[in-house]
Amino acid sequence: MYIEIINGHLIDPRNQVDGPTNVYIQDEQVIAIGKAPAGFKADRTIDASGNIVCPGLVDLSARLREPGQEHKGTIASETRAAAASGITSLCIPPDTNPVIDTPAVVELIHRRNLDAGNCHAYTLGALTKGLDGEHLSEMAHLKDAGCVGVSNIINCINNPQVLRRALEYAASVDLTVFFYPLDNGLANGGIAHEGAVATRLGIPGIPEAAETHAVANFLMLVEQTGARVHFCRLSTARAVQMIGRSKFEGHDITADVAAHQLHLTEMDLGFFNSQCNVRPPLRTQRDRDELRAAVADNRIEVICSDHQPHDIDAKLAPFGDTEPGMSALETLLPLSLRLVSEKKLSMSNMIEHLSTTPAEILNIDAGHLSVGAIADICIFDPNAHWVLSSETMISRGKNSPFLDWELQGRVTHTLLAGNLVHELK
Amino acid sequence: MSKRDIQFDQNGLLRHFLTIDGLPRQTLTDILDTAENFSTVGTQQAKKVPLLRGKTLVNLFFEPSTRTRTTFELAAKRLSADVLNINIQASSTSKGESLLDMLRNLEAMHCDMFIVRHNTSGAAHFIAEHVAPHISVINAGDGRHAHPTQGMLDMFTIRRHKQDFTKLRVAIVGDILHSRVARSEIHALNILGVPEVRVIGPHTLIPREASSLGVHVYHDMKEGLRDVDVIIMLRLQRERMLGAMLPSEDEYFIQYGLTRKKLALAKPDAIVMHPGPINRGVEIESAVADGPQSVILEQVTNGLAVRMAVMSMVLGRKQEA
Repeated sequence: MYIEIINGHLIDPRNQVDGPTNVYIQDEQVIAIGKAPAGFKADRTIDASGNIVCPGLVDLSARLREPGQEHKGTIASETRAAAASGITSLCIPPDTNPVIDTPAVVELIHRRNLDAGNCHAYTLGALTKGLDGEHLSEMAHLKDAGCVGVSNIINCINNPQVLRRALEYAASVDLTVFFYPLDNGLANGGIAHEGAVATRLGIPGIPEAAETHAVANFLMLVEQTGARVHFCRLSTARAVQMIGRSKFEGHDITADVAAHQLHLTEMDLGFFNSQCNVRPPLRTQRDRDELRAAVADNRIEVICSDHQPHDIDAKLAPFGDTEPGMSALETLLPLSLRLVSEKKLSMSNMIEHLSTTPAEILNIDAGHLSVGAIADICIFDPNAHWVLSSETMISRGKNSPFLDWELQGRVTHTLLAGNLVHELK
Repeated sequence: MSKRDIQFDQNGLLRHFLTIDGLPRQTLTDILDTAENFSTVGTQQAKKVPLLRGKTLVNLFFEPSTRTRTTFELAAKRLSADVLNINIQASSTSKGESLLDMLRNLEAMHCDMFIVRHNTSGAAHFIAEHVAPHISVINAGDGRHAHPTQGMLDMFTIRRHKQDFTKLRVAIVGDILHSRVARSEIHALNILGVPEVRVIGPHTLIPREASSLGVHVYHDMKEGLRDVDVIIMLRLQRERMLGAMLPSEDEYFIQYGLTRKKLALAKPDAIVMHPGPINRGVEIESAVADGPQSVILEQVTNGLAVRMAVMSMVLGRKQEA
């Protein structure tokens, strides 16, 4: 199968391409950029006039809910939403049921995902067995089975000695540790940022220190153990500043933010809007502004969706009794593009945050369109306006605070290893 | 329609009473004036008025309560309504039935009003958002968020003794962090124009952003009580204090308990209030609780008139419409 993508504006930050350029594909590979190879005859021509062509997006965190919570989503349903959103690779955190702490679970997920065929799916293994925070998981086995990193997600490891050993062990099997900075003791069952809004609504608060305290302690261990770590889902200005300083001192760390944190604040809780129940919580405008600044100056290298689809009942309860998280695959690109239209970020830098850099952090061959690269490609119209509605959302989870928002930027085509897995009708 | 408007119907009349936060001063004054009219009903020979005859009210209590539930029940009966008490600990949510399913079942029995107490902040808002259009919801306390009828009965009590809100200094003492009563009082006092609302307590019991509610924060009780006209003592929830909030009840009493000596720092005609039930010797000395400046039992009596006022305004509305 020969495909050509013509008249598009190609952006490939890794290869410093940013201009009108055609792309030529044979089977699953990119075989030429710019000029067609001699004798190239396309079976299929995609006219990308007015559109951006870029490497497929790489989402650092998407919960697909399978195995364990198929009433919220399945690998097939959620990867279909990913494909429609230009995402060609995504990374699954280990808190499935059962937890990803044995090769069997990794294999199950990979096999189901191959059957679905919408997207490449990568897995993070549990850092401790069953995410119990006490016993190291079999990291070498998990790595052999295909895990691209390890994480204890928001199950905080209370004993610093266990955390130190886990970091050391992960370093010796050469796995990146994905760290969620949240101190459960300080969070103390809180469900919203400890600020003016939580005070007014009488909602138990999660103080800023629940994040900064965890970051500070963790940085000390990272600096001593030399482990390679990635900070997940930052939400506070002060944590960003601490991580920025540590990077400046030369430590091998990276960080991400969820796209919604760049747009929403505690004020969006209004009178108990349960769609805004997320972890980490939505914080202040000052925090949001610093997160945006950090994305712009690369102290935060990655924007991810933090996709957490839910069934309807999960959000139909008083605020504190609802489950946290939002269905976010379909808003990842539009929310990032909003920063571009607000001139906070260049288009090319946005694509670095959504594709090039997350691929590097996962250490996978994706996020670039060099000759010979796998043809994972996203084509989108940056000027298309559309309204997110629960009727048209593809994910099984309709839980989004952005329902009824007018969004800008729409994916027209997604190619996965040269296969057209999504085409906007 | 914004969430804030949920308390009013399309004619701008009070449909639900969920929080005092954001209500106009006129609505608060209307409640107080209506309550004034009802305050004599209890002293008449026939203690009933037929305003809500034929209406069915459901006391939906997900948290134990004696005082609040009884005054709501009595208020409803004085207005000639039928009252159903549902105690949810023993009921179906513990069997896994969702809150929403339970509401649908009660709606199917043609009830007119839910009076809700729940331990999660926002529960009353949630219920109000999901009930059928003919049903009104009164919040009888949700988590740490609001207890608006308690807030209003305290305003009623203050107005009876002090008349003009715009010349008052009011201090609220104790566990502000966990108190829905304090939040409702603070909103009411600010809306009614009280120029200085103080909260007094240790750092551990005062929300970090308390000043954003429109109060002055004091940690020294002697300083905080100086020249105030009204002292509202809050109940110390002993079960919540276990752990790191407070070292002991003894130390709390020494620091923040209201004694005759500390009361002397307030204005000589200051009144002492408490939403009850009182922990004698923990937050207040008996000599003060039972003393001449205490209006604590009046609050209970006034609770009846204020709840009758709110119920009649909310349900009476439909007859006018």
